Amino acid sequence: MDRVPRYDSQVAVTARSTLDAQKLRADFPIFEQKIHGKPLAYLDSAVTSQKPRQVLDAMRTFYETSYANVHRGVYTLSERATAEFEQARQKVAGFVRASSPREIVFTRQATEAINLVAYAWGLNNLGPGDVAVVTELEHHSNFVPWQYIAKKTGAGFRMVHLTEEGELDLGDLEPIAHEGNVKVVANNLVSNALGTINPVGKIAEWAHDQGAIMVVDAAQAAPHHPIDVQALGCDFLAFSAHKMCGPTGVGALWGRLELLEAMEPFNLGGHMIRKVRPEETTWGDVPHKFEAGTSPIAEAIGLGAAIDYLEAIGVEAIEEYEQELAAYALERLGEVPDIVLYGPPPDRRAGIVSFNLGDIHPHDVAQILDSEGVAIRAGHHCCQPLMTRLGVAATNRASFYLYTVREEIDRLVEGIQKAHKLLG
Amino acid sequence: MAEDLYREVILDHYKNPRGHGVIEDADAQAEGMNPLCGDEVSIYVEFADDGETIDDVKFSGRGCAISQASTSMLMEMVKGRKAQEIAELPKETLLEEIGIPLTPIRLKCALLGLGVLKVALHRAKGTPLPEEWAGLDELELK
Repeated sequence: MDRVPRYDSQVAVTARSTLDAQKLRADFPIFEQKIHGKPLAYLDSAVTSQKPRQVLDAMRTFYETSYANVHRGVYTLSERATAEFEQARQKVAGFVRASSPREIVFTRQATEAINLVAYAWGLNNLGPGDVAVVTELEHHSNFVPWQYIAKKTGAGFRMVHLTEEGELDLGDLEPIAHEGNVKVVANNLVSNALGTINPVGKIAEWAHDQGAIMVVDAAQAAPHHPIDVQALGCDFLAFSAHKMCGPTGVGALWGRLELLEAMEPFNLGGHMIRKVRPEETTWGDVPHKFEAGTSPIAEAIGLGAAIDYLEAIGVEAIEEYEQELAAYALERLGEVPDIVLYGPPPDRRAGIVSFNLGDIHPHDVAQILDSEGVAIRAGHHCCQPLMTRLGVAATNRASFYLYTVREEIDRLVEGIQKAHKLLG
Repeated sequence: MAEDLYREVILDHYKNPRGHGVIEDADAQAEGMNPLCGDEVSIYVEFADDGETIDDVKFSGRGCAISQASTSMLMEMVKGRKAQEIAELPKETLLEEIGIPLTPIRLKCALLGLGVLKVALHRAKGTPLPEEWAGLDELELK
């Protein structure tokens, strides 16, 4: 990969959004503290976001006033809990433009949602002569399940590579089509490591031309990129609540109804059944067929509250604001000697900036930044194939969200300058 | 803070590592990595005629300042000592030498070199490999 920052600050500037990050910060209690005597600059939202009071309050209120198990009791409290839980499902359906809430399955997180598809669809639809396709940009969560199921079923496993600009090389698709029956294509809408926004719609079209299904990992997109499963033309889409102001422990899978209905179940147990007999068990209706056991009820309600919160601000406004921050960060980081920036120009990326500082190991950079109260991620970001492609063991990654302010990026740059002085 | 962690002696070992290099046809050798941050360390040992004393020891690899500096310190610490003695060397001895406060995550960086050396000795001499490094031998070493 070229060692020169590959962006043009001239094309990055978009109209100023109306989002007021300074004001929104007041919704996040975590910022009411100091780290090593300095205000917390949390620049690791790509791994998980902080939580606004609105979400915490919704969960607390539910526990205090309406908590019971769902789809079980005939008593008032259980009916109320069920109604709130199902309302959260409706919010998720609206958030991704699903045609019906029945197409939404609550899971533990995006990882479990993808595993659900890999096992429940993949085990029964892949075999020798078939090919599963992923990309070099995938998070391990959309890479390892397909690699594993392909191996288990005897199917081939192929990877779309990256261009020098850190974007998918769609020229790889044609040769892959000649290697067998392409049955599934898995890609993330936004790369968690580089922030690249991928042309998923185009890839979905190609997948369908091959007779394949398109599985989209939207974990990194959902927090700040409008999602429309109809426009994307995909077949499955997965995301996690915790990256989008919601709680840990819940995520969602959207799938086309006819595919979900045709699929075998994933987890087995209570709630997902129709009739259980010693000789045979039959499955419940979609989505319950995929929701064995007690669901993450309060967490799903928290996810619903997070969607309300994001929609009140406007997902488009969040995306626009983050692109401004990314452009500013790339510009400021470009001033640092020996810095290597990875990824596409700001207008084609989310609020994620990956970089290396000469030969200084990212863990050392992150440690020095921590002493300044600046939290960034250092590591392989669950993207080892990508790190191999970049020829590095790890990168530093600063990621932004609706509560990030420019001063924090300035502090990031100062901290990096300090690391450069100390270890460079 | 940062200055405590990256104190002079650590920076010195990081920037001028002792015993950095490769011993061709080494008597004992192992490689290891810390999958968390991708630190990589290979260690090569040459024994003296008694087959027990570490006559020469070198390391190669790349990684964070803590992993590289601690391995460099380890090289100075073990030269001239017996394999059995190093197999029994408690990790606290090395940590005292490093002498900086380490979070659990950075502890893995600091102890990588010692683990790899113990695996190398275990392979060549059959010296015992403590439980905590047993996984390293099976899972992460080529």
